[in-house]
Amino acid sequence: MIDLKTTYLGLPLNNPLVASSSPLWENLGNLREFEDAGGAAVILPSLFEEQIELESLHLDRALSMGVDSYAESLSFFPDMQTYNQGPDGYLEHLHRASAAVEIPVIASLNGSSEGGWIRYAGLMQEAGADAIELNIYDIAADSRLNAADLETRYAAIVTAVKQSVRVPVAVKLGPYFTAFANFAERLDAAGVDGIVIFNRFYQPDLDIEELSIAPNLVLSGPEELRLRLHWAAILYGRIKADIAITGGVHTAEDVLKSMMAGASVAMTTSALLKFGIGHASTVLSDLSRWMEEHEYESVRQMRGSLSLRSAPDANAYERANYMKVLSSYPAIRSDSRFEKQER
Amino acid sequence: MIPTKIAIEGNEAAAYVAYHLSENIAIYPITPSSPMGELADQWASEGRPNLWGTVPRVTEMQSEAGAVGAVHGALQAGALSTTFTSSQGLMLMLPNMYKIAGELTPTVFHIAARSLAAQALSIFGDHSDVMAARATGYAMLASNSVQEAMDQALIAHAAALESRIPFMHFFDGFRTSHEVSKIEQLSLGDMRAMIDDAYVHDHRIRALSPDHPVVRGTAQNPDVYFQARESVNPFYLACPTIVQNVMDRFYERVGRRYNLFDYYGAPDADRIIVIMGSGAEAVSETVDTLNSGGERVGVLKVRLYRPFSVEHFVAALPSTAKSIAVLDRTKEPGSLGEPLYLDVIGALHEAVTGGIAPFTAIPRVIGGRYGLSSKEFTPAMIASIFGELGKDRPKNHFTVGINDDITHTSLDYDPEFSTEDPETVRAVFYGLGADGTVGANKNSIKIIGEETEYYAQGYFVYDSKKSGSVTVSHVRFGPRPIRSTYLISRASFVACHQFHFLERLDVLKAAEMGATFLLNSPYCAADVWDHLPRQVQETIISKKLRLFVIDGYRVARDAGMGGRMNTIMQTCFFAISGVLPRDEAIAAIKRSIEKTYGKRGETIVQRNFAAVDAALAHLEEVVVPAEATSRSLRLPVVSVRAPEFVQRVEASILAGEGDLLPVSVLPVDGTYPTATTQWEKRNLALELPVWDEDLCIQCGKCVLVCPHAVIRSKIYDPAALADAPPTFKSAAPRWREFADRRYTLQVAPEDCTGCALCVAVCPAKSKSDARHKAIDMAPQPPLRETERENWDYFLNLPEFDRESLHINQVKDVQLMQPLFEFSGACSGCGETPYIKLLTQLFGDRALIANATGCSSIYGGNLPTTPYSVNAEGRGPAWSNSLFENNAEFGLGMRLALDKQQEYARELVVRLSGKIGERLARELLEADQSNEAGIEAQRTRVRMLKDVLREQNSADARDMLAVADALVNRSVWIVGGDGWGYDIGYGGLDHVLASGANVNILLLDTEVYSNTGGQMSKATPKGAVAKFAAGGKATGKKDLALMAMTYGSAYIARVAMGANDSQTVKAFLEAESYHGPSLIIAYSHCIAHGYDMVYGADQQKNAVQSGHWILCRYHPDRVSEGKNPLQLDSKPPSIPLQQYIYNEGRYTMLTRSNPDEAKRLLEEAQSSVRSAWRYYEYLAAMPGAPEKAGGEK
Repeated sequence: MIDLKTTYLGLPLNNPLVASSSPLWENLGNLREFEDAGGAAVILPSLFEEQIELESLHLDRALSMGVDSYAESLSFFPDMQTYNQGPDGYLEHLHRASAAVEIPVIASLNGSSEGGWIRYAGLMQEAGADAIELNIYDIAADSRLNAADLETRYAAIVTAVKQSVRVPVAVKLGPYFTAFANFAERLDAAGVDGIVIFNRFYQPDLDIEELSIAPNLVLSGPEELRLRLHWAAILYGRIKADIAITGGVHTAEDVLKSMMAGASVAMTTSALLKFGIGHASTVLSDLSRWMEEHEYESVRQMRGSLSLRSAPDANAYERANYMKVLSSYPAIRSDSRFEKQER
Repeated sequence: MIPTKIAIEGNEAAAYVAYHLSENIAIYPITPSSPMGELADQWASEGRPNLWGTVPRVTEMQSEAGAVGAVHGALQAGALSTTFTSSQGLMLMLPNMYKIAGELTPTVFHIAARSLAAQALSIFGDHSDVMAARATGYAMLASNSVQEAMDQALIAHAAALESRIPFMHFFDGFRTSHEVSKIEQLSLGDMRAMIDDAYVHDHRIRALSPDHPVVRGTAQNPDVYFQARESVNPFYLACPTIVQNVMDRFYERVGRRYNLFDYYGAPDADRIIVIMGSGAEAVSETVDTLNSGGERVGVLKVRLYRPFSVEHFVAALPSTAKSIAVLDRTKEPGSLGEPLYLDVIGALHEAVTGGIAPFTAIPRVIGGRYGLSSKEFTPAMIASIFGELGKDRPKNHFTVGINDDITHTSLDYDPEFSTEDPETVRAVFYGLGADGTVGANKNSIKIIGEETEYYAQGYFVYDSKKSGSVTVSHVRFGPRPIRSTYLISRASFVACHQFHFLERLDVLKAAEMGATFLLNSPYCAADVWDHLPRQVQETIISKKLRLFVIDGYRVARDAGMGGRMNTIMQTCFFAISGVLPRDEAIAAIKRSIEKTYGKRGETIVQRNFAAVDAALAHLEEVVVPAEATSRSLRLPVVSVRAPEFVQRVEASILAGEGDLLPVSVLPVDGTYPTATTQWEKRNLALELPVWDEDLCIQCGKCVLVCPHAVIRSKIYDPAALADAPPTFKSAAPRWREFADRRYTLQVAPEDCTGCALCVAVCPAKSKSDARHKAIDMAPQPPLRETERENWDYFLNLPEFDRESLHINQVKDVQLMQPLFEFSGACSGCGETPYIKLLTQLFGDRALIANATGCSSIYGGNLPTTPYSVNAEGRGPAWSNSLFENNAEFGLGMRLALDKQQEYARELVVRLSGKIGERLARELLEADQSNEAGIEAQRTRVRMLKDVLREQNSADARDMLAVADALVNRSVWIVGGDGWGYDIGYGGLDHVLASGANVNILLLDTEVYSNTGGQMSKATPKGAVAKFAAGGKATGKKDLALMAMTYGSAYIARVAMGANDSQTVKAFLEAESYHGPSLIIAYSHCIAHGYDMVYGADQQKNAVQSGHWILCRYHPDRVSEGKNPLQLDSKPPSIPLQQYIYNEGRYTMLTRSNPDEAKRLLEEAQSSVRSAWRYYEYLAAMPGAPEKAGGEK
């Protein structure tokens, strides 16, 4: 019997296939389907503190628009006694999701103020989150903010949240850090239970006909996995925190690579959006079959087997390999920047 | 038990009782009673139970006729049922009311009494409506104040149940319905004590039931109808005593004493005023003042007007009464006197002749009218009435409050006479509709009323415009009860929340000596003085005012509150006025912020808190210099070039001095000149569109979409530029055929409202900076002077020759003169661009019948009117009859024109020998299918008239009177969805079926916009509206599809923002179709809950999502063998969610009931899909079916 079990953030999981945060999980039916397909845990969509503020402002605006201007129409909407405002809806869903499935349900939080991070993390814990993933999505467009201060801010968020909740805390990061290994160690020291690599930044497209910015959500492609494997391999063994790979995990092969690079879990969403939630069971059965064919007994056995620490040719992860790869690439396509990616 | 003190409006006071004592409430919105129904609906959707522990059902109907029908049915089926209405609504209820009373059915209708539409509509308060219903058999109980509106509502319900007589419980529209006042709230225990369930059970027993069947509502004949009608007499005879007994029980329970007729004043008064409604309070106040000066006067307040009890009436009168003035708040033209006056005369006569009067001779009685349409009724006027009563020969049938210089009915009065209590704080606040001033004042009244021992009163005056409207709040606080049911003319505190008002309004008119003046100013204390107009400086000095300033907008912006500075100015008011100790006031404001905004989110609360804290830090007192130094003067109200009528009449109204206009200057039949908005320069826009002539592609979209017709373009001879102002811009026209001329796009700087819709639709972006478009917004003040000059210059350029235009192209439509301009519609209005287009295309020959609603308000609310004229003096002739009858009204116009044309043609034939065969033939055979043809016919008619003037026969004179009818007229029936889908649907349907050549423009905002956002049958599923607080559960009625079933009407569904050329095409096709045409036009609206700058985008989204399927159904296509239906939409390409969740009306439900929102979204999405499939199926059907025998 192949043992697919793993642990992530101290949570025992049936296998390493975890659903990353996506709107799919706003629906309880989808959650149950994922569980039935064998999925091991799920990260709910993020609660955005800024979104809550914005919604509150929009509601206020809608209720205030045109009021007390003309004697016949002193208001335009019924002003109800209560609105499901702030985090209520999210927490309600989190609560229902935890009850709906047996697998761990991890809440995801994107704060915008220190108070917000702590407050909402606490509320998520109360609502039944098995763990909390801090989705620090921050585009460092402010030129006054330097890299060191930014990293310090991230570490402070982790410290503050860790101190305020009992459930484990992971942090999901983008790839654009100059000294990522150093930064990961700082977060590790701050007590984070897991590091999720990497967040994919929203990259709007340009519409050259309309001369406008076009919102364009592109699903992850398998080519994105490499960067994640690379950094998982480097970090494995250097930090106490678990490593999770997200972005580009589409097949059993991708899960295997993730494990071998050193991740505890491999997270997927794009493949489920593309092929359906049932695709999870295909990935898992492919995974078992491959391990059987290759006579692996357990996932644990392979974890980190190709990490920087263990890889037979560790140089490949470091600079020396760069030269080699570059010279072996036939030509760089000039239009690659605007290459139309598969939706 | 200590009663709860609350500060509420009269409408809420009455609705509170009505709701708790009812099971079925059927309503229809009408100003000023709408809030009663809205509150009932809101409470029901919140699950608030009535007195018997069950939640009343509130049902919105299609009209008041519908509402009262439903109430009648509910009563017959044994429910406790009520409704709320006003004015025209009550008129629509009349037939049912006779039935309900005739069947002795207990119910109470709560009425915010309002004027009836006569020479003009008025939404304001008087007793015309209830007096018109006095013969229905309903008892009539009047409330004079907010407290009474609650108390007497309960008395009415209790008495109705006991007496079996239905009641009209009424109070004055706006003055009481909308006054915020501190009152003692009745408890449910009070209601429990007053309502005897035995009478409720009796009512149930009388209900229709198949278990003990009866028939009610028979037809009766000469033999018994009369006797049966008299059979109710005992009930009417018993009613006054029942009411008095209920009032007595109420007094025992609650401690407030009411009588059928309440006398107040000197026990030995010689002069007495008899009055009903809110005016009685001002009379009481005046009586106190006069009596304290040694006079002997009194007031008799009539509470139960029907059934009128002579016995109770005379018992309440002091025996010393020598002369009595009976005041009616209504006018009955041609009568001997108004109703209350006649009743009093009759009562006195009966009492004296019957020997039950306290005096032997009938005192002298005079009658007078006051307060029509909320006209002010002040102690000064009241004192003059008492003065008149003291004269040997007092004027009878007088009026007071106006200057009747024609029939000389009016009494003179001394405006300086005042009864204001010096211990009462009297504050007047000038604000802009959008700035939150009114809301803040309502809030302050709540704080003071509910947290201190002070009495508090607030009354709010709004102007006649929907955009940029000025609001004036009149607020009183004091240690004694406030009975001042009139505006403040002596203010101890004046606040002006908009600096630019100083340029136009005399905001310090009401300030008394030594008053405080709080000014929201962009200038600090050190700089502000030099920016004040000279008149303001002089008043500040002469009245010794203390002046405080704060830059409220800056504080609001810094606190993240945008343009809303309500809490900031409120904080300043408390800080300066000293009504409460400062710390207490701040704490109370913050508590109230929590209460008001807490449910909208913590962010809102925190931002308001920050604003309150920042307000105090930025408030400064100005050291007032000894002399006025400013050289700037207040701006003239209208230009000196304005026509005489505008100068003489409309300018006074604009200046806020309409009350001073004498009767003689006003038209006798409600007829006013058009084209007068051009003289009212409102300068509302903070930013103006600025044209980049190099970037512009001259597509005309901005001109088309502009709701206020403030962006226009012309093509003209380059020579005209010779004396152009230096900053006047022009470009080479992008029309090949006009390449040798010049093109200009010009903005009217003082008429623009700054909505920026033009910028949003502009497709021309700079190639090097995509943010820059061919029109961008820029601050108004630096542009105002130069652009004013440019605009005047532009207007003087000749209009482009219409005949050389392709009028079916948007690009060419921009060059056609709009004959609808600068209306008072909301900034960014989605309706007015369609009306403007109508006038561009057909305005010079259009008659418009306009249903009551937004379009009749911005189209015809005084002082100025937006329909205008071209250089020949032609333009739309416009009229508003009512809300419910507009289709029929328009049809009547068509029938008249057709008849006149028919008669004129007959006369042409008859007179052909005199007018010449050729001219006669040409007149009769003229092709008027295009503008050239119409112009040619006009020329012929001119020639015809020249000939006729020289004839001297009856036929020739007749022909002269109807000759103009030989030129085709375009009849347009315009209205909103409340009219077309609901109240006027029956008429609309009939007109569509009539085959008559009328054009119907239905401006569909999917909600009752004018009365404040109530659901109509056009409201889509899932949208939140009043009466659909839980999201509308049913889908939008597909009026287009229903109308298509006739097969003989032209139907188009358009959305200008989504496809402007389809819109233009539809207008042209509709007008040229020889039969009824219906255009249903998507109109974005502030009632949709988003910024109107995105209006056109949302129209696109509505179409792309499939919610709004663009289509045209042309019956003429059938004869061409084609399918009459053409789809102008593509299949839905975005999910419905992507359209609707940009709008507050939908997202609100996701906040208040997310599960229901999700469910309704899914249902709505599925309806959109099936609707599209159905339309696609219909449009794909083959054209005309082959006839039998293979004959085509």
